[in-house]
Amino acid sequence: MTTSAIGRRQGQPIYLDYQATTPCDPRVVDKMLPYFTEKFGNPHSRNHAYGWEAEEAVEVAREQIAAIIGADAKEIIFTSGATESNNLAIKGVAHFYKDKKDHIVTVVTEHKCVLDTCRHLEQEGFKVTYLPVKANGLIDMAELEAVVTDKTAIVSVMGVNNEIGVIQPLAEIGALCRKKGAFFHTDCAQAVGKIPLDVNAMNIDLMSISGHKIYGPKGVGALFVRRRPRVRLVPMINGGGQERGMRSGTLATPLCVGLGEACAIASAEMAAEAERLHGLRDRLLNGLKARLPEIYVNGDLDNRVAGNINISFAFVEGEGLMMGVKDLAVSSGSACTSASLEPSYVLRALGLDAEMAHTSLRFGLGRFTTEADIDYAIDHTVKAVEHLRSLSPLWDMHLEGVDIKSIQWAEH
Amino acid sequence: MAYSDKVVDHYEHPRNVGSMDKDSTDVGTGLVGAPACGDVMKLQIKVSPEGIIEDAKFKTFGCGSAIASSSLVTEWVKGKTLDEAAAIKNTDIAHELALPPVKIHCSVLAEDAIKAAIKDYKSKSGLGEDEKAAG
Repeated sequence: MTTSAIGRRQGQPIYLDYQATTPCDPRVVDKMLPYFTEKFGNPHSRNHAYGWEAEEAVEVAREQIAAIIGADAKEIIFTSGATESNNLAIKGVAHFYKDKKDHIVTVVTEHKCVLDTCRHLEQEGFKVTYLPVKANGLIDMAELEAVVTDKTAIVSVMGVNNEIGVIQPLAEIGALCRKKGAFFHTDCAQAVGKIPLDVNAMNIDLMSISGHKIYGPKGVGALFVRRRPRVRLVPMINGGGQERGMRSGTLATPLCVGLGEACAIASAEMAAEAERLHGLRDRLLNGLKARLPEIYVNGDLDNRVAGNINISFAFVEGEGLMMGVKDLAVSSGSACTSASLEPSYVLRALGLDAEMAHTSLRFGLGRFTTEADIDYAIDHTVKAVEHLRSLSPLWDMHLEGVDIKSIQWAEH
Repeated sequence: MAYSDKVVDHYEHPRNVGSMDKDSTDVGTGLVGAPACGDVMKLQIKVSPEGIIEDAKFKTFGCGSAIASSSLVTEWVKGKTLDEAAAIKNTDIAHELALPPVKIHCSVLAEDAIKAAIKDYKSKSGLGEDEKAAG
């Protein structure tokens, strides 16, 4: 492999899709490697040194994960990833408390794995409230307060949105849930290691964590499950009773070690890295704005993680634009990138018109993004947008002062 | 998704981009699609007194396949009679550009754009349904 830098392999586009996944940090890989070969023991083997050294490694990792969110190591359950964690948290709580409570609250902009889990529970007879968001992507606390009742078992609100990077008011939500007697679950796959989190200060009862979003390996995640006051779950996977009986199955020692090390690195570098990424993001946004009119940021710019910017480039279509920025690996909210022909449900939830949702690109910046990458991205994007606007009948209409909404379009 | 070489070529070097005077009687304009669906094509044809398409121009808001489909049809309709142009099928466009199944709608839109431009020209020049009815 010819590697000039991580995320910039020879002949490959510049990687600007850090919300989709991140490369494993080489420091993480170094820590993992011995647990594939010489330290291969089963961490649940209590009878010999192979098991003991694997168990010790897993417990160190558990401590590292707990530390980054202010939890106790005993409250960390290893899973296969944030999708499993979200399923276990929501289904587990709903099923355990179903005799007393039958209501779940979540938000329309949650990740598909939360929304689909809630849909599934609706089919089982649970009632689910899907809260809308404001135009900036944040929930309205008064609306949340109005829908949480004494029948609400769990409120699930993500920490950071994967498409638009906005940060929900976790501490306020936690305080409200504690007051109302509902458990608070938060999908923090995009938040851990990016923003400071404290499960006690924020009154969080369950938190989902992903390995591959924080420079750890794919295939591993964690769920924080509060012990005091105790949160109880019905497990989804039955077996040998590992992970306090909540998630049976032999732990994948190298993956656990990788997730732990990823958390330790993120914890040590978070403040400086956030500041660096903030500078790069401002450089990107200001660079684009200086050269392109009619571009709009989707989602709140202040309550947002530093590594995300989501922009609508009016009058050019997102997938066409992605083809134009072929030297950048970015993501689009355009319908054409999915088979559904529907533009991003997250952008639609902000109240964006379908035509504006079609014109969006998400730039995800991360640990291996450089200033040179950003400068290249600005120039490349500006040229692609200008090319496509020169082809766009909608851009012509805009220049002629025609309101596109005034035209009777034949929807197909 | 990987694009065919022909789609990439039309995307990077689109043929016959531009606009003609839509009020001119020898110009027919077809505007099809909708911004909310992510595709809008504007196709214009300039027709000689002998009924031959002398020139064609397009502008398209859409994905690479939509841009390539409209660029391609501007090349194809030039030099054709109105009837010959109206006979261009979306399947011909899809085949020429090797469009995958999810992009067939782009070729359908391009066929619609030709038909809409011809219809507009005929209605402006008095060659529309009225003449058929009279004839």
